[in-house]
Amino acid sequence: MSDLRDLYQEVILEHSKAPRNFHDLAGANHKAEGFNPLCGDQFTVYLHMDGDSIRDISFQGAGCAISKASASVMTQIVKGKSRTEAEKLFERFHKLVTGEEPPKTGEDLGKLAVFSGVSEYPARVKCATLAWHTLQAALEGQTEATLPDGE
Amino acid sequence: MTIAARNLGTGLRAAPEVTPSAAPLDLQKIRADFPILRQQVHGKPLVYLDNAATSQKPRAVIDAIVRYYETTNANIHRGVHFLSEQATEQHEAARRTVQKFLNARSASEIVFVRGTTEAINLVAQTYGRAHIGAGDEVLITGMEHHSNIVPWQILCTEKDAKLCVAPINDKGELLIDEFADLIGPRTKFVAVTHVSNALGTVNPIRKIIELAHRRNIPVLVDGAQAVPHMKVDVQELDCDFYAFSGHKLYGPTGIGVLYGKSALLNAMPPYQGGGDMIASVTFEKSTYNKVPYKFEAGTPDIAGAIGLGAAIRYISEIGLDRIAAHEHDLLEYATKAVSRIPGLRVVGSAKEKAGVLSFIFENVHPHDIGTILDQEGIAIRTGHHCSQPVMRRFNIPATARASFALYNTREEVDALVRGIEKVREVFA
Repeated sequence: MSDLRDLYQEVILEHSKAPRNFHDLAGANHKAEGFNPLCGDQFTVYLHMDGDSIRDISFQGAGCAISKASASVMTQIVKGKSRTEAEKLFERFHKLVTGEEPPKTGEDLGKLAVFSGVSEYPARVKCATLAWHTLQAALEGQTEATLPDGE
Repeated sequence: MTIAARNLGTGLRAAPEVTPSAAPLDLQKIRADFPILRQQVHGKPLVYLDNAATSQKPRAVIDAIVRYYETTNANIHRGVHFLSEQATEQHEAARRTVQKFLNARSASEIVFVRGTTEAINLVAQTYGRAHIGAGDEVLITGMEHHSNIVPWQILCTEKDAKLCVAPINDKGELLIDEFADLIGPRTKFVAVTHVSNALGTVNPIRKIIELAHRRNIPVLVDGAQAVPHMKVDVQELDCDFYAFSGHKLYGPTGIGVLYGKSALLNAMPPYQGGGDMIASVTFEKSTYNKVPYKFEAGTPDIAGAIGLGAAIRYISEIGLDRIAAHEHDLLEYATKAVSRIPGLRVVGSAKEKAGVLSFIFENVHPHDIGTILDQEGIAIRTGHHCSQPVMRRFNIPATARASFALYNTREEVDALVRGIEKVREVFA
């Protein structure tokens, strides 16, 4: 049995209580809404893109501790990154939380590593990826994110 | 049979005063009837409090299904051979068991369907399509499950009709005067839940039916959350349709019931076309079978119906009055216990409630509550419970919901309370 603290790590609890970049964004030129119909979690991700680079990012909405912390950490991590870098991070993050590719020894996942415990809780994978799917939609110029089935 | 005083308005017969049938349940014996309850989850004894989603199955039901497949399996209504006759008889015996359970006049008023959802869709697509036109109104309440909203929405969109919703108050009770005011000259159908799955509210269903019948409007009652918890008598209620699912009533999934008054069922067009629902077929024209078979196209869930019959026999032997009394006690005990937890708010405090305790706790999202309780072996439901409009009414995204069945104990409620304290520890 996995310990609850593996899921609810301090960093996650802290971010869920005091999410970063939690506001709308004046000057946003991309915006998408993500909704998980299974649980009602709902986030809006705002992007200020400067060419291909994420100059600023913020989010708003409501969800569980995992989804909120994930959104918060995501905004910190992708700010200043290029679109390609952000998409690569999502890919890596996705593999991490689904358990498809656990952290490798020496691999520096930064703050994303705190979400590795999610892979022990399949029902919570969607919570962790909702904000990322929403970011992806915003990057693609869509206004709504659709969550893939079975995730 | 119904000499006991009646609890007017709810369709729930009051338990007779201190008779042997009101004796408390032998919970140890009952729990031993449910094999799944013996197991551990995450190293802790399973505390199953998600009965409003689906109930567990007693050995009697599991055995009935196994016995059917091991000894009787054959297709029904068409074989002349021994097994087919046996299977047909058992399937029809299950129908008679349901008839008796609901006190319907005739077994032909019992249509087997997949569940409550299919029952409601059946009525919307047959009676509804035949009788509801442009500008007409269908009246529901603000506490319906999605399954008693969406089929009517589909119909109203197709027919350019209007879906009207009677409001509920902050306790989660239907505002009956507003409901009465919404019944107008264009109202052609009323569909209302007997017991709310998200709030536990027991609706004043007899009053609702009486109001609708004054204007000759038929009423469908969604009884999915009611039949496991109270005696339902469709003749006493005088409802036109009553729908429920087997799996919430200790029966298997995939089987449910639509009760309909004979006159209505006879006049309704068929639902699905296919085998078994016809009397004769040519390429030019088919004539339909009599009710209920007209609505049962294709090979039905024979084992499911037999399993449902076994479930009804099981709870009837225990007695629904005793079950209702036990669950009422548990709900009161649980409501008191959780109300003492600082930061916890019960959602849905109707005067008449059954089986369901919905709550929110501090600022902790119900999903996080659900995950932490799961680690303690406690199964509850979290989310919007397929009742998004109810959640919006209370301005919350979701709730945590504990729901009770005949096998639950006060000790399990205590475990729930300890589990919620654990949630506080994690999120402190």
